[in-house]
Amino acid sequence: MDTIYKKIADIVGSNYVSNAAEELYIYSRDQGVQPARLPDYVVMPNSTEEVQKIVALANKEKIPIVPMGGALVLSGLTIPQRGGIVLDMKRMNRILEVNEKSHYAVVEAGTSQGMLQAYLKKHHPKLKHSVPDAPPVATIGGNIAIHGSGHLSQSEGGFHTEMVTGLEVVLASGEAVKLGSCSTVPKWFSRAPIPDLAGLFMGWNGTTGVITKIGLKLFPSPKLKDVMMFMTEDVDSITDILFRIIDTEMAEDIAFFVSPKPAYFEGYQLIMISVVANSEKEMKLRLELIRESVREYIDSKEAGFLPLPPYMKVKLVGAPQKNLSEFADVMKGGGFEYVGAIMPVESIPEAYRAGLEITSKHDITYSMGARIVGRGSCVMFYYAYPFNRADSKNIETVAKALEETNEKALEIGGIPWKTEISGQQLILERMEPGTYKMMTEIRKLLDPNGIMNPGNWEVQS
Amino acid sequence: MKQEYADIIHRCFRCGWCKLPTNYQDFNCPAYLKYRFETFSSGGRMWLLRAWLNGDITTSERLQQIFFSCVTCKNCVEACALPHIKDKLVDIFIAAREDLVEKSAVPPPVRDYLKAMSISGNPYKKPQAERGTWAEGLDIPKYTDQEYLFFVGDVGSYDEVGMKMARSVATLLSDTGVSFGILGEDETSDGNDVKALGEAGLYEHLAKQNIGILNERGVKKIITLSPHGYNAIKNEYPEAGGNFEVYHYTQVLGLMMNDTMPKGTLNAKVTFHDPCYLGRWNDEYWAPRFALGSIPGIELAEMDRNMKNALCCGGGGGNFFTDILGTGKDSAAQVRVSEAVETGAEILAVACPLCYKMLDDAVKAEDLGEKIRVMDVAEIVNESRK
Amino acid sequence: MYELKFDPAICEKCKSCDCIMKCQYIDMDLEKAKEEHRKLVRGEDSEILTQCVTCYACEEYCPYHNHPFYLIVERQEEKGIHPVPKPIEKSQVVMMAPKGRIGEKAAAEPVINLCYFPMLKGSISGKLYEGTSLILGSDIFCNLMFLHFARNSVIKERLPAMMDNIMKYHLNPGGAKEFICYHDECYGTYTSWAPAFGMEVPFKPIHLFDFLYNRLKELKSDIKPLNIKVAYQRPCSSRLCPEMDHFVDDIFELIGVERPEREYDRENALCCGGVLEAQQRFDLTEENQTKNIEDMKATGATHCVFNCPFCFFTLMGKVSEKGMTPILMSDLCRMALGE
Ligand SMILES: Cc1cc2nc3c(=O)[nH]c(=O)nc-3n(C[C@H](O)[C@H](O)[C@H](O)COP(=O)(O)OP(=O)(O)OC[C@H]3O[C@@H](n4cnc5c(N)ncnc54)[C@H](O)[C@@H]3O)c2cc1C
Ligand code: SF4
Ligand code: SF4
Repeated sequence: MDTIYKKIADIVGSNYVSNAAEELYIYSRDQGVQPARLPDYVVMPNSTEEVQKIVALANKEKIPIVPMGGALVLSGLTIPQRGGIVLDMKRMNRILEVNEKSHYAVVEAGTSQGMLQAYLKKHHPKLKHSVPDAPPVATIGGNIAIHGSGHLSQSEGGFHTEMVTGLEVVLASGEAVKLGSCSTVPKWFSRAPIPDLAGLFMGWNGTTGVITKIGLKLFPSPKLKDVMMFMTEDVDSITDILFRIIDTEMAEDIAFFVSPKPAYFEGYQLIMISVVANSEKEMKLRLELIRESVREYIDSKEAGFLPLPPYMKVKLVGAPQKNLSEFADVMKGGGFEYVGAIMPVESIPEAYRAGLEITSKHDITYSMGARIVGRGSCVMFYYAYPFNRADSKNIETVAKALEETNEKALEIGGIPWKTEISGQQLILERMEPGTYKMMTEIRKLLDPNGIMNPGNWEVQS
Repeated sequence: MKQEYADIIHRCFRCGWCKLPTNYQDFNCPAYLKYRFETFSSGGRMWLLRAWLNGDITTSERLQQIFFSCVTCKNCVEACALPHIKDKLVDIFIAAREDLVEKSAVPPPVRDYLKAMSISGNPYKKPQAERGTWAEGLDIPKYTDQEYLFFVGDVGSYDEVGMKMARSVATLLSDTGVSFGILGEDETSDGNDVKALGEAGLYEHLAKQNIGILNERGVKKIITLSPHGYNAIKNEYPEAGGNFEVYHYTQVLGLMMNDTMPKGTLNAKVTFHDPCYLGRWNDEYWAPRFALGSIPGIELAEMDRNMKNALCCGGGGGNFFTDILGTGKDSAAQVRVSEAVETGAEILAVACPLCYKMLDDAVKAEDLGEKIRVMDVAEIVNESRK
Repeated sequence: MYELKFDPAICEKCKSCDCIMKCQYIDMDLEKAKEEHRKLVRGEDSEILTQCVTCYACEEYCPYHNHPFYLIVERQEEKGIHPVPKPIEKSQVVMMAPKGRIGEKAAAEPVINLCYFPMLKGSISGKLYEGTSLILGSDIFCNLMFLHFARNSVIKERLPAMMDNIMKYHLNPGGAKEFICYHDECYGTYTSWAPAFGMEVPFKPIHLFDFLYNRLKELKSDIKPLNIKVAYQRPCSSRLCPEMDHFVDDIFELIGVERPEREYDRENALCCGGVLEAQQRFDLTEENQTKNIEDMKATGATHCVFNCPFCFFTLMGKVSEKGMTPILMSDLCRMALGE
């Protein structure tokens, strides 16, 4: 018998490790267009201690480790580039603490977005966390490992990593460390005022350690929800319109989008604005202030708010938006992948035109849009391309279009987010050498054997 | 595999909505809940099926385990994000099992179950003559020309817990004044779970045999004990030439004869567990709740996962007999009884003999007997009359 | 092509200028009203063109049936006035365009024309509709809604093809000569708008309420009087066929419902606000809806019955919030039949 397998089984129990062809097949690929690569083992730890033992074993044996949450990143970041262990974190899904008085929660990294949402709704209905539009089985850990964003990113301060108040991570050595206030006092309220080491694990795609616990800010959850849809056909006015709305500080989520389907939306730009309030009176005021902010556009007749029937509103007020997953079936083919590029709001018109150009060149359909982050400090501009999983030519075309989109995004001054290995190369090529050198040295220090999700964030030879 | 299915398998996005109920409370696919590998979720199974049909993976024992661990509970159908595939998911899994059965590539317990069904006509390998013994001493007439036939099914006929439940229901129906009879030793398995396990040929044989007897006796209206039988007779038999007016017993008690149903008072907090084959398969959520709610003194408490979001007991799709899912902390039944206890209810009401046994065993396994007891809806009504 | 049959001489002689004087949204004294209206007739710019909220009501107010509203819409379009922001207008034109998906489906009388409301298919069932055939879809859609967008041209362009489709694919194959308009906007299209523009109508439209009334009479023995008070939300389209309004009273009498007198019913009915919202008149929307619903509530009505599905979708939430049940007329009748 395979001795590594046996050693792992001794740690997690034989039910939670597999090297069967079926598991290796599924864990070798994700929903996007990146090529598959088989792992050697799939392992599902149940505690920080188990993670420590597995990582220590892997380090000793120099076996790569790829942490995995919901595996919903779409850009292949959980595909084990050099084989080894895929560490499925979803058994570690305990909600350890919700501190109502200090507005934070502490959860295990494999906790799903959906379960935390349901838990808060039931036990702490006055509080909520920021939810990405990913399917609800996406994990809190996976999302912060890539600097995710969500429905409170506009109003409550930015990327989800900016909402993290502390971390527990397991280093390649097998040591577990706490970062943030929890390292010094028994509460998880803040990363300041001590040196901010948590940044060494956020946005790193699991290349610096395995995140096992997370402290997360919670925000008030007003009862009333409404949604507005602003429509225009002049993309050059978008930046101005967005800032008018953002600057009212009356909206929760703000997202710009365009889509050639349905046909009646083609050629128009839409802005979805979510508004929450504690009372009817407050809601009325918020809606009114938002409308007033764009009055000039309305009076010119060049833009306006689309009346939304109640059944449509019901679909639009929820987070996560299930219809985003539905986009995978546009080509009757069960797949899509997107370039999400972080860029300034002012780049939207250029980014939009670039998308039109690329999609028309490759003759593919698309959905594009941008979620506002941090009250307009930047946006996550997405170019989503659906494909037919049963059509390899179509997959190739979409893969090419994605690559070109990554390049284009960088060209116009954005940076692809959670990007494929190839996109990471493009970023590294443009990065200041000193910055890249520092990244590499930190990794060497934290992971001398290079076992943590190798292939990511490194210049390919 | 039917072309209609083969054509859409690749359309699963493997986005995993299907693992959760629509309120995201906790993992709600019993197979995934138990095994936790992506392969055991609905999406994983869709992708594996495609790989298998394309020859990318072989017909291994693991593959069989993966396919036969699905309890056909339809949580995935309810929760799937893609409107054009969701309704077909479980049909596709059953079709995959049919392909495996055809290749005789099935786990041993499945093989044993199907063998028993084909040789003895019941999973317990008991004589056909004992089918009616559950009714001994109850003075229930054989079906002649009464208004209804009471159809009991395998578990109600042979399993100890099932028999107890069959007796409660029959007693209550009699006392409600329902005119009914039974087939006793002439009853044949409804075949619902045989079909769910992919033995389409044997199912057809059983269905035809049943329909033959029912027609021969002039049966027009049927009340079933089990939601599984209810499902087969209601949704599958018409295709095999059997057209009957069929009711689950809770529909008779909760909706049709609630006025005449004799009841007393029972001061108890009760939580109801929706059987998949009554709820998600047949969209009946209210009848059992009406029956329970009409008893003075009963306070109904809902579990977080109720109605279309209910967590299966783990006994569907043949797993009651084959036990591919097995027991343990993450088994659906054990998770479910803990959820029931959380409501503060002292009675966990069921409406299916399979759920009854699964959950009853789970209460013992979790050592929760002091906190909660499992009772079927009719038993609860009967208790209120004591 | 299709020119509006409008007689300037009538307006010239008109002393009361009811079209403007009775308007709920334009506030002018008689002198000014006459002056502004004259400008309208002459094709000059007038405040009326921008103040009009396209509620159709002046079609009912004009005692001479001289089509004041259609004239406004003609002039708005001529002058490039857009009551609704342009992108929304253009997008609606595409959204409601014929999709060319129609196929032959013989419709035998009685035929129900469900307009372009596929989501209401379910409500065409039960005893009232027994034996009816159903037609609907973008390819038979009257398009009259474009009056609200000052786009008579869209109606002129599309309507003839729609009527052809109805005949060719549905009525002719089924040997039918008439149909029942589920939406009274269709009824208004064929009995008011088409004749006003000299467009031939090759079939006989029947108003839904006319049909419901007669069906209910046949089913009289099955009716269980509802004994409730029901406020009626009279829609803009009913301004094109005010002669049908009595059917509301007739039906109510048959099913045992009281239509309480209230300020905003009959000639003084208020727009549901859906169109006002599209026109970005948010304060007016709010004001109308509040006044209207409070008025309903004050009568002690338990239900609010709708003629127009669009009003229904617009107001259902707000009506329920005030504790009344929103219901479509057809469903109210079915309720009386115990369905
Ligand atoms: C329809 C759809 C909509 C989406 N919308 C959004 C959105 O609005 N906002 C958004 O941010 N994202 C969105 N996403 C992208 C993505 O699904 C989410 O960011 C998701 O939260 C990622 O979490 P995961 O658990 O699936 O991570 P995975 O895909 O499992 O992992 C992502 C990366 O993190 C690493 N990782 C995972 N867990 C750990 C851990 N415990 N420790 C260290 N490293 C770890 C992995 O190795 C990998 O590199 C969307 C995706 C889809 C399919
Ligand atoms: S079955 Fe549906 S919900 Fe589940 S992974 Fe496939 S597409 Fe997603
Ligand atoms: S039917 Fe139930 S057990 Fe089977 S895959 Fe769907 S959710 Fe899982």
